[in-house]
Amino acid sequence: MTVIGLCFAILCLALLLAFVRLVQGPSVADRVVALDLMAIVSVGLIIVHGVATSLPVFLDAAIILALVTFAGTIAFAKYLERRRPQ
Amino acid sequence: MSFIASALLLTGCAFLLLAAIGLVRMPDLYIRMSSSSKAVTLGVSCLAVGLAVSMSDATVTTRAILLIVLFFLKAPVAAHMLGRAAYLTGVPLWKATTIDEMKGAGDSLEQLRNTTPAGSESD
Repeated sequence: MTVIGLCFAILCLALLLAFVRLVQGPSVADRVVALDLMAIVSVGLIIVHGVATSLPVFLDAAIILALVTFAGTIAFAKYLERRRPQ
Repeated sequence: MSFIASALLLTGCAFLLLAAIGLVRMPDLYIRMSSSSKAVTLGVSCLAVGLAVSMSDATVTTRAILLIVLFFLKAPVAAHMLGRAAYLTGVPLWKATTIDEMKGAGDSLEQLRNTTPAGSESD
């Protein structure tokens, strides 16, 4: 089970790095990309947790989180484009 | 858990970490997006295949394939829309970028936006 622990550690490091970009990103689009990556790393965390507990339900949660993230990213992109004329 | 499943899980996690490193280290929003979206697709695919191998169940495998197809469909679309919105809002390119194929696209869109209300006024 040490492989699972190593996977969790790597994914937490990835989450932390994406959070660095979320904090310091110069533009709004940078922050949106960082949030997108954080959500996708969360999908990875859910999948690894599903492997650790060997419950297939977590795969459904991962699929739904991926779908919701996609909708959120599209909405953000639309909002950025709509907001442009000032 | 088999050796193949753990190797796939570690590979997927490593790709996700590479995507995060690229997001922090790359100089420009567009390069960041191009580095992270591809690595993310491969990483999540490796993780899903690892889950399917470790469970070895037909329903789990089907859902893992669904997740992979979903990522292959959604990652390019999301990256394209975000990059387009960022370009049109004026996020600067890296100073060493030599090719800008969308140069002037923002102006023409602005023109279109300005002419549309005039046309609707004449109706």
